Amino acid sequence: MTLVKTKIGRRAFIRNTGLASGGLVIGFSWLASCKMTPEQVNSLPKEWFELNGFLKVGDNGMVTIMSPNPEIGQNVKTSMPMIIAEELDIAWKDVIVEQAPLNTDIFTRQLAGGSQSIRQGWESLRMAGATAKHMLKEAAAQAWGVSVDEITTKDGVLAHEGSGNSAGYGEMASAATSIEVPEEVELKDAGDFRIIGTDKKNVDGKKIATGQPLFGLDTYREGMLTAMIVHPPAFGMKFKSMNAESVMSMPGIKEVFRFEAYPEDVERQWSDGGAIPELVAIVGNSTWECMQAKKALNVEWEEVSKLESTSYHNDELAKLLEKAQEVPARQDGDVEAALKKASKIVESTYSAPYLAHNTMEPMNFFAHVTPEKAELLGPIQTPEFLEKTLVSRLGMPAEKIDVRMTRMGGGFGRRLYGTFAVEAASISQRLNAPVKLVYTREDDMTQGTYRPSYKVRFKAGLDEKGNLIAWHVRGAGTNDALIFENRFPAGAVDNYLAEKHSLQTNVTTGAWRAPRSNFIAGAEQAFMDEVAEAAGKDPLDFRLELFDRAINDPVGDPEKNDYDPARYAGVLKLVKEKANWGTDTGKARGISAYYCHNSYVAQVLELEDGGDIPRVENIWCAVDCGIVINPLAAKNQIEGGIIDGIGHSTYSALTFENGKPEQSNFDTYRLMRHSEAPKNIEVHFVDNGIDPTGLGEPSLPPVIGALSNALYKATGRRYYEQPFINDKPPLVG
Amino acid sequence: MASFTLNINGKKQEVDVDPSTPVLWVLRDHLNLVGTKFGCGIAQCGACTVHLDGTATRSCMLTVSMVGNSQITTIEGLSEEGDHPVQKAWLEVDVPQCGYCQAGQIMTASALLEKNPNPTDEEIEMAMNGNICRCGTYTRIKKAVKLAAKS
Repeated sequence: MTLVKTKIGRRAFIRNTGLASGGLVIGFSWLASCKMTPEQVNSLPKEWFELNGFLKVGDNGMVTIMSPNPEIGQNVKTSMPMIIAEELDIAWKDVIVEQAPLNTDIFTRQLAGGSQSIRQGWESLRMAGATAKHMLKEAAAQAWGVSVDEITTKDGVLAHEGSGNSAGYGEMASAATSIEVPEEVELKDAGDFRIIGTDKKNVDGKKIATGQPLFGLDTYREGMLTAMIVHPPAFGMKFKSMNAESVMSMPGIKEVFRFEAYPEDVERQWSDGGAIPELVAIVGNSTWECMQAKKALNVEWEEVSKLESTSYHNDELAKLLEKAQEVPARQDGDVEAALKKASKIVESTYSAPYLAHNTMEPMNFFAHVTPEKAELLGPIQTPEFLEKTLVSRLGMPAEKIDVRMTRMGGGFGRRLYGTFAVEAASISQRLNAPVKLVYTREDDMTQGTYRPSYKVRFKAGLDEKGNLIAWHVRGAGTNDALIFENRFPAGAVDNYLAEKHSLQTNVTTGAWRAPRSNFIAGAEQAFMDEVAEAAGKDPLDFRLELFDRAINDPVGDPEKNDYDPARYAGVLKLVKEKANWGTDTGKARGISAYYCHNSYVAQVLELEDGGDIPRVENIWCAVDCGIVINPLAAKNQIEGGIIDGIGHSTYSALTFENGKPEQSNFDTYRLMRHSEAPKNIEVHFVDNGIDPTGLGEPSLPPVIGALSNALYKATGRRYYEQPFINDKPPLVG
Repeated sequence: MASFTLNINGKKQEVDVDPSTPVLWVLRDHLNLVGTKFGCGIAQCGACTVHLDGTATRSCMLTVSMVGNSQITTIEGLSEEGDHPVQKAWLEVDVPQCGYCQAGQIMTASALLEKNPNPTDEEIEMAMNGNICRCGTYTRIKKAVKLAAKS
């Protein structure tokens, strides 16, 4: 057992004084929002007692646990409450999970991004469960007149062996509300976990499989209007004029107007990146009617900055690859001198296009703004920052703004940028009416906030024994400088030079699942294979040699290196064993490993025979994310990241002609489909008891390298340009 | 505007809408059946899949005037208690990530199994190819379809 100070998020543990005498908490949204079975109704407690902001114990022993973070499909709505339930020592079957509202005083970091929910929530979630358990134990000790240290708990039951007393949590819940919040609290040892580390199914699984309303787009309210926006058709254009009259007379149309979601004086947050200040709104009774008016509306646009094309982006990025960075991002030793004396030099350039996020649920938000208050409900990864922008945009204090999160039909980074919610609020405020803003797929795909396009050039030098003596990487991206200079192989090569450039463009970009890593990992791991081949070494052993170097004799200050070489090597060794790397299966295989978002992943990918782009048959994946909270869901994330990485690098691209995206829906923007997906994915975890890290992103970046390397084995040609389907070299022979 | 009588999930429903309105928006905006999802509007993603006389159909391009007396089944009407073998298999395998596309996936899978109770892997893939899952749950979907086929 570990004693820890209850300092993190301590405000969460201070009870609402109004409830101090045994507070009844009512009005749960889940009661109103879904039809319950008679069994569920019968099992509901008559009274709920709030022991802290994260949980309420019912008089019958049921527990409601708040899931603090936005749910975008990464399964935190199940896994975060599991951590609380573990320390509370309640049976999982007695837990009801509810999405918490925005309240960072209680829940601190309420953001879905960077695979950080579990890692950053770990301590406060455990404390929430442990402090509540302590208060229940203290209440029982007082009731039974025994020492609290002698009371044990299991599955929601308090027991005192000496006196033979026992009671369910529900019986002590009322008394527990008047117990002092402990100054420090005991946490379980990992060996005593009964919920963490076990497979728990998605708490929303039944609602998903039966089509219950869960998502922002499913919001319908009495008197609600539907709104749509019209945005400029090209980056570099803005609104000039329109003829709204003909559209105003169309059935169901209420209002058509130009509006500024972001007037100049609005204080913007980082989450407002990509905002289009000036838009046209179409407001009507129904979605279809608004869509018809949108098609009919004639808007004139004017050019205000350069209308960029993909050829322009590619040319400019290529120019940047010829340019040294004035002050290199990192420099160890002397790369130039080392390359001069190298016996072999390998050099390659890799590139990738813009990508759209394409969440299956298009952007949308419900807003009801009146002079008194603002109600916002919808899919948002950054509710806290949205609220801050709304304070400025609506001219209202935060206390009057209620931001609530729905389950999201995908995030992938797109819903970090809540400009659509600000647009919904702006329209609602103007009309003083409840409004649901809905983007069409075309709006969603052509509005911006894309994964940047990238180019990177690597140059490596080997000595006569095949040792890596020089590594030079120079990368460039649109609005993004691409390179993580302190990541592997920094620290493992004597002569290392990392340079990076950003090309300023008016095509808006943003975080897309595993930002930067989603390209650089695949490029680096493909290049690593080229270098290993030139060295005449097995690609896996070649990597392990480098990690040995970083462990035993790191180059530069090891504190600066953004990875732990021992954990990196650990996943490679695990995947080597699980995939029987080194045995000839007669099939093309590739290996890759990468570290990002605090987790380590290594993969072996095996292709089926045949085809220009052969299908992926098997993937073995080794993951080190520390303690695994929910293996069933963790594997789902890893499988999803792998499919996402293979799918996008093989098939997807967003291109531009004169500022206009050339793809606007799934007929032209290709996403991976069932018959193209890998046949088998096997996931193995390193069991090391280290505090947990996240899984939403880390399995995606390396798999692109594993795919490239296996394609090389299958075709004899290296794949340098994504999407690989367009970089189709002739088969060897 | 015109009045239509639709057979949806075994019940007759009257709606007064423009004849060009797709069934997707009739279900969502007019009948409060929101399990059928909007994804692309051009029958490319499958999120809006319903059964039209038992055949998996993209409701985003099926106009209300085309339905006539055909029976429409939505995810809400697939089973009374959410216990259709495909729904049960989805829960057993714990398929969803974000969950948004899954109603469409389930409707396509259940229509497939109705016609072909023991599909091969290839037949599952071909039948399901019109349903995109952006989260990448394809391997679990196939596993769930095979599990449902067994039961």
